[in-house]
Amino acid sequence: MDLRWTDEEKAFRAEVRSFIAANLPAETHARMKQGKSPTKAQVVQWQQILNKRGWAAPEWPKEHGGPGWTTAQRYIFREELMLAPAPSPLGFNINMCGPVIIAFGNKEQKEKFLPRMLNLDDWWCQGFSEPGAGSDLAGLKTRAVKEGDFWIVNGQKTWTTLAQHADWIFLLVRTDPTAKKQEGISFLLVDMKTPGITVRPIITIEGGHEVNEVFFDDVKVPAENLVGTENRGWDCAKYLLGNERFGQARVGASRERIARLKKIAAETYDNGKPLSQDVGFMTKVTEIEVELQALEMTVMRVIATAMKNPGSNKPDPTTSVLKIKGTEIQQGVSELLMKAAGPYAWVDGDPDMEGGTEQVVAEDPDIAPDWAFGLAGIYFNWRKQSIYGGSNEIQRNIMAKAFLGL
Amino acid sequence: MDFDLSEDQRLLQDSVSRLLGDKYGFENRKAYLKSPQGWSTEMWAAYAELGLLGLPFAEAEGGFGGGAEEVMIVAEQMGKHITLEPWFTTVVVGGGFLRHGANAAQRAALVPQIAEGKLKLAFAHNEKQSRYDLFDVATTATKDGAGWVLNGAKGMVIHGDSADVFIVTARTAGGQRDKSGIGVFLVDAKAAGVSVKGFATVDGQRAAQVALSNVKLGADAVLGDAAGGLPLVDRVVDEAIAALAAEAVGAMEAAHLMTLEYLKTRQQFGRTIGSFQALQHRSADMMVALEQARSMAFFGTMSAQDDDAAARRKNMAAVKVQIGRSSRFVGQQTVQLHGGIAMTMEYAGGHYFKRLTANDGAFGDADHWIRVLTEAGGLVAAA
Ligand SMILES: Cc1cc2nc3c(=O)[nH]c(=O)nc-3n(C[C@H](O)[C@H](O)[C@H](O)COP(=O)(O)OP(=O)(O)OC[C@H]3O[C@@H](n4cnc5c(N)ncnc54)[C@H](O)[C@@H]3O)c2cc1C
Ligand SMILES: Cc1cc2nc3c(=O)[nH]c(=O)nc-3n(C[C@H](O)[C@H](O)[C@H](O)COP(=O)(O)OP(=O)(O)OC[C@H]3O[C@@H](n4cnc5c(N)ncnc54)[C@H](O)[C@@H]3O)c2cc1C
Repeated sequence: MDLRWTDEEKAFRAEVRSFIAANLPAETHARMKQGKSPTKAQVVQWQQILNKRGWAAPEWPKEHGGPGWTTAQRYIFREELMLAPAPSPLGFNINMCGPVIIAFGNKEQKEKFLPRMLNLDDWWCQGFSEPGAGSDLAGLKTRAVKEGDFWIVNGQKTWTTLAQHADWIFLLVRTDPTAKKQEGISFLLVDMKTPGITVRPIITIEGGHEVNEVFFDDVKVPAENLVGTENRGWDCAKYLLGNERFGQARVGASRERIARLKKIAAETYDNGKPLSQDVGFMTKVTEIEVELQALEMTVMRVIATAMKNPGSNKPDPTTSVLKIKGTEIQQGVSELLMKAAGPYAWVDGDPDMEGGTEQVVAEDPDIAPDWAFGLAGIYFNWRKQSIYGGSNEIQRNIMAKAFLGL
Repeated sequence: MDFDLSEDQRLLQDSVSRLLGDKYGFENRKAYLKSPQGWSTEMWAAYAELGLLGLPFAEAEGGFGGGAEEVMIVAEQMGKHITLEPWFTTVVVGGGFLRHGANAAQRAALVPQIAEGKLKLAFAHNEKQSRYDLFDVATTATKDGAGWVLNGAKGMVIHGDSADVFIVTARTAGGQRDKSGIGVFLVDAKAAGVSVKGFATVDGQRAAQVALSNVKLGADAVLGDAAGGLPLVDRVVDEAIAALAAEAVGAMEAAHLMTLEYLKTRQQFGRTIGSFQALQHRSADMMVALEQARSMAFFGTMSAQDDDAAARRKNMAAVKVQIGRSSRFVGQQTVQLHGGIAMTMEYAGGHYFKRLTANDGAFGDADHWIRVLTEAGGLVAAA
């Protein structure tokens, strides 16, 4: 038992940190330091910088363009990106669709899609949820019917994050309506430029344009775009969702925000003294810091288990703990950040990617300090974290079933 | 980063687990509680036999040569069975003082006896006014030739009524709440002027009120620096917090498993109560609390070995906070999910709840430590 980072791991962290410092574009860094999401162009630019270095896909095997890192190195790399803060590799490409193609796709699919995913030549989006299929994802109805060398897709997806940016979408579609729910689903890759696809924005509560409805009207998809075995798409979906949970601990992101929260608290006055001297408020911060420290160790335990079973495709049920705690902590920090801003929190600033709604107030130091813009928006927006990726209630169901034996 | 036990550590874990599994069922525990000293002398001998009483001491000094990780392993097993013997006070706390504060002669006089099970220690620090502040010391030690004379009263001395030697904090200089001027002394329980009044604690342990009236000590009774003993106390208590964390994890794990078993067997409304989602989610939340606590127990074992006292203190405060909060939740929910049955003395569930509650209070509860940590600036530095 040795619970400390090795010297090699420490050296690796230093290497990553200095690479980020030397290569992260200043504008991207400045925007993210304000707590804002990077723009599409910034995400693409950074991903291409990482790709040049061979670091675009920390978790991918070497043969497909991954760096061949240990689980610990992957964790350190992602932590350093969040702490910087710098954009993470695009999740849809690198953590969702890419791994599914690597695990279930054929040679042609790997050659055609993976290099473009790595370099973000194609922006992917996730077409799983439907109006009638949220938590009960296997209840999805979007149909794909085989006609010659094509699948004809009809139906609707919803909550599709950043579909407005996307070149491609990976879909779960029903290919056998007579089979049991989970057994008639396939995993299909669709070019967003195909005729018959309509994208309609959904504006979320804080005013941002992040999610969309995507409609499919007789969309013709080449048969070779089906990944894995026909009607076995649920295997791909389960694999993908297991990977997603792990990524939601986001310890580094919370740590970066707590550091910022403390800076704000030192500059904000309450009761005639800096908020950072208010034991009541700061105790709430400490509470979260402690949970975060524990979560980091939980992540490491999951990593250590994963390192012992390399190549295992079975999701570790402890990842549900990471999802539940990770999102609770992030939501908690977002709430404290908003609270720290006091009355300034209520200015309707833009926390979102580019292109929110027209209500958003331009940043103006006469109105509020620059750090206050968008803090409430992030608080409102981040309520999503306990809903998506398998809601936190669903995570509890998974735990009860998996290791509680109930 | 490697959470695996070594071969030797696994052997240690297995042997303790087997011993307690055989001899420390809940019915055994009830019998041990009723014995005159409130714990089992037979188990004490068995611990000595297994090397648990010499666990953290160097082999050359008659110990077992274990480190912080070995202490964690054993403490967790002790927690699983909510054992009653003075292992923690003698081996972890007392042992900590001997390892970090005693000179070779002092260790040579005490360690072999401890390892053989012939000598028990207790830490007498608490006073009427001190609550959780280890530096708040009114008991005095005044110079008497080469030696010392102690006067004062110590309360809530865990396992004080079976201790052969007390480790006593006393003021050699300064005011009652000064951080300097504190000495740490070895006091024979049978020395003239020492009187001990034993009593039971809520969680089935024993404690004592210890009065010190003109107790004369030799020069060799001081552990380390007679005016600068607080860093020693802090170091030992930080290690003790790590062991308490492991003990709590063991107790939480046992309580959670017991609760799951109950949910799977208890029938109401014509089905097992574990089929109700409200209870499934509650038990999932218990699991989250337990896993977070387990993580912090590891973190505690790692951090307690840090030589940077300020950093170590912050980390141990965080450990105490997480363990206290998880213990509270798991303990309360163990009772809640059992319904009336866990409200009874007859059933083990309530005893785990009580031990977890007392464990939180040992050396300061979560509320105390969250204040300490907050005042120290927390774990994350401002941007
Ligand atoms: C901002 C945002 C971005 C998203 N991005 C994407 C995306 O890019 N691609 C995509 O495919 N999807 C996306 N989603 C969809 C997301 O995965 C779903 O919202 C999620 O699966 C929940 O489904 P639902 O919204 O239909 O809620 P419902 O499933 O209707 O759930 C409603 C409530 O009931 C609870 N509940 C449901 N079933 C159970 C049960 N069995 N036991 C206990 N409680 C239960 C839920 O926890 C929730 O509290 C996004 C969602 C949001 C909010
Ligand atoms: C100190 C004390 C004094 C009492 N005094 C009296 C008295 O004077 N007279 C008298 O008649 N009784 C008395 N009771 C009994 C008391 O009313 C019962 O304990 C209570 O009804 C719960 O029943 P139970 O203990 O069998 O638990 P169970 O019913 O077995 O419940 C176990 C757990 O399952 C949960 N649970 C059960 N069903 C469901 C469900 N459908 N959905 C979700 N959760 C569920 C419960 O909330 C509980 O957490 C007393 C109990 C105690 C502890």
